[in-house]
Amino acid sequence: MILHNLKRLFVFLVLVSLGEAARADYAVNIPVGPTETSRLIYGFHMYAIWVCVGIAVVVFGVMFYSIIHHRKSKNPVPATFHENTTLEIVWTVIPVLILIGLAVPATKALIKIEDTSGAEMTIKVTGYQWKWHYEYPEEGIQFFSSLDEASNRARQLGSGIDPETVPHYLLEVDHPLVVPVNTKIRFLITAADVIHAWWVPAFGWKKDAIPGFMNAAWVEIEKPGVYRGQCAELCGRDHGYMPIVVKAVTKDEYRAWVAQWKQEHAARKAEEAQWTMEVALKRGREVYNTHCVSCHQVDGSGVPGTFPALAGSAVATGEVDRVIDIVLEGKGAMPAFGKDENISDADLAAVITYVRNAFGNQVGDLVKPDDIADVR
Amino acid sequence: MATVADTHGAEHEHGPAKGILRWITTTNHKDIGTLYLTFAMIMFLVGGTMALIIRAELYQPGLQLVDPHFFNQMTTLHALIMVFGAVMPAFAGFANWMIPPMIGAPDMALPRLNNWSFWILPFAATLLSATLFMDGGAVASGWTLYPPLVLQFGNALPFTIFSVHLLGISSILASINIIVTIFNLRAPGLTMMKMPMFCWTWLITAFLLILVMPVLAGAVTMLLFDKFFDTSFFDAAGGGDPVLFQHLFWFFGHPEVYIIILPAFGIISQVIPTFSRKPLFGKNSMIFATAVIGFLSFIVWAHHQFTVGMPVPAELYFMYATMLIAVPTGVKVFNWLATMWKGSLTFETPMLHALGFLVLFVLGGFTGIMMSQVPADLYYHDNYFIVAHFHYTLVGGGVFGIFAGLFYWLPKWTGTMYDEKLGKLHFWLSFLGFNLLFMPQHFLGLAGMPRRIPDYAVQFTEFNQMSTVGAFIFGFTQLLLIYIVYKCVKGEGEKVGDEVWEGAKSHGLEWNLPSPMPYHHSFEGIDIQKAVADE
Repeated sequence: MILHNLKRLFVFLVLVSLGEAARADYAVNIPVGPTETSRLIYGFHMYAIWVCVGIAVVVFGVMFYSIIHHRKSKNPVPATFHENTTLEIVWTVIPVLILIGLAVPATKALIKIEDTSGAEMTIKVTGYQWKWHYEYPEEGIQFFSSLDEASNRARQLGSGIDPETVPHYLLEVDHPLVVPVNTKIRFLITAADVIHAWWVPAFGWKKDAIPGFMNAAWVEIEKPGVYRGQCAELCGRDHGYMPIVVKAVTKDEYRAWVAQWKQEHAARKAEEAQWTMEVALKRGREVYNTHCVSCHQVDGSGVPGTFPALAGSAVATGEVDRVIDIVLEGKGAMPAFGKDENISDADLAAVITYVRNAFGNQVGDLVKPDDIADVR
Repeated sequence: MATVADTHGAEHEHGPAKGILRWITTTNHKDIGTLYLTFAMIMFLVGGTMALIIRAELYQPGLQLVDPHFFNQMTTLHALIMVFGAVMPAFAGFANWMIPPMIGAPDMALPRLNNWSFWILPFAATLLSATLFMDGGAVASGWTLYPPLVLQFGNALPFTIFSVHLLGISSILASINIIVTIFNLRAPGLTMMKMPMFCWTWLITAFLLILVMPVLAGAVTMLLFDKFFDTSFFDAAGGGDPVLFQHLFWFFGHPEVYIIILPAFGIISQVIPTFSRKPLFGKNSMIFATAVIGFLSFIVWAHHQFTVGMPVPAELYFMYATMLIAVPTGVKVFNWLATMWKGSLTFETPMLHALGFLVLFVLGGFTGIMMSQVPADLYYHDNYFIVAHFHYTLVGGGVFGIFAGLFYWLPKWTGTMYDEKLGKLHFWLSFLGFNLLFMPQHFLGLAGMPRRIPDYAVQFTEFNQMSTVGAFIFGFTQLLLIYIVYKCVKGEGEKVGDEVWEGAKSHGLEWNLPSPMPYHHSFEGIDIQKAVADE
């Protein structure tokens, strides 16, 4: 593995020295995204870089001139001058002027970037340890979005799966955020537990998701496409594993997606009206992969010493009311899922059914949403 | 001052005590300086080992070595140990060794306090490191200790907070000592404005420390209350605000980074004139610039929080105030360049490190200017660009400043010249390793890699690999440093005279003293007033 990587590093260095990027998706600079904000930020970034390059040429020019021409072998007798008020004033005033040259456009750009007025639609983003919840209040749509299964398998310590073989490793989710293009979308950003930060590099900005507070930001995406990002504020063990995927589609496609979501949601409601084992297991698996998998792992084996295993667990397969109680109230590091308004009793019943009948557990009982309500 | 020395003269005509008790009971500024520097070196290796664990895990995508929770513990402890255990004690070591001889004093003003301010440190550091072995491991919230995340950690939290309290007490005591020494023990004729830059930068640093350490202590105590006594300072559900902690933390944290860099400025302001064989170009403006930087450090803190959702006017204020820092910092850099201009430069190891400092710190300054711009910072914030930036300033600036000072004064302390060949080798390996380590992190950040993640998307692989290779080069080069210092301390090498560096007498009082300096009463038999006047 290490040899392979050293080889790759070498190839990369050779390619770079030949002036070619080693990979197609390889980047060294801020991306120019599909939004005006992104272009503003990119433009400003490049402007600041060139200003710095200009200063660098002067500063390092003087420094290296000195190093070369004023070394003792060339200049054995040092000059004795010091203090010069005129010079001191000059090198105080010039930086001030340069800074004003930076501050004026920065102020203009910032006011534009922070202006969330006139939004045509709103999406509420809630950060969780370690996934995102999206809500479209105008449409009544809401769902969780967490790391996809392939990445999750590959990212386990010693999984033996080469991340190179996983498409969009760590940057893929189960349910992407779908948004229309050419629409000013206002994001309301908050968190349920600790501070997170919602960041899609292609949009430029990031915004902290703070529990108990609501931050606002906006995008107006001009080009359909898939834009990927990650949580940018350390939020605990799996901070690196809560990606963001935004699928920007045309307005027509967006309307079709909304209709389809509602239809599927209704169909699912109908299906779940007859609460069968099959239905509960299917839903339970989804809920498990959203809320439980990062600690208890895909195969229910947990993390020894930190997160208990569910596979073969006497607690998980024991008295059902106790299991429901733990899931509702939490235990140690485990959150109280019963207190989360974004998780329904049906979700909880399904996931408990799943846990008692997966990973080799064979209790065989079916937990109903009413059972959850009873324990509450 | 001089009279104090005279009355004690006779009874102090003995060398240091023998054995371990010498170090535990010492009130001698030189011994305490050595203790500080030795402690800093040990913590530099401990913190460095943690950095290498971080970089080894980041060598390739996927998890190979450690659990993400342990990774987060490493990033947290690496930062706390490097800041409070390595860099700050190293500068305190320089202060102890050099401030008395630079101002013509026999010792620090408060010797017993001096002993105590050092001996708190090993206990604080042990307590902090011991949290790694507690149930649930060390605090894994990053050194910024932001709630609510930090409140999720169990047993380690109160111990971490207590060790932060201890570290703060140690810093405050050391600062009081430095201020009292500088105000009261200067030689006759050595006015404040004649005082060397290193003493000036430390004086201002000491005031910063006294002003901000209590703020940190208060903030972490509030965390303790939220965790154990059901208060809600930082919990919105109880009427508090998690962002309040960030304001308090950075009100400490921003001056803190200047606490780390100002003494390095001081060292560089001693080294560059010596090896340019010219006086410092504008000393008055250097002193003034340092004071201005110290003041500005208190009014810019929220530039660490541009993404928390501050109102636009507040963002604009913090942006303008932050940009202003570039002006006094520029004054310092231009002064160093003007000092070199038409000098008679030689490039012994201290000067190489000073020039390395200049290059790296200026690069870190550029990224600093870029990040002061709020629109661009909304992108840079919390990605690898900021990691590169603060390592360029704190390692490229702070640690290279420490290296410069170490090689500059080591012959004065030991009476023996260090191995110049190995010294130069150490510089070049450190400089190249450092750049290979941190330069690629700029590009990682710009390409979109967030900081504090143990694993990354595959397009970030190449730059991470370069960075890891650089980290191991930089890390293992420091073993060479230990060997060079060990050899020099053992006396293997050329013996040096009083001046050590050609013409050094005109750059500081300390070069009038024999090398090594006498254990007690450095200035006995030396006409201080003449030395001050000659300088």
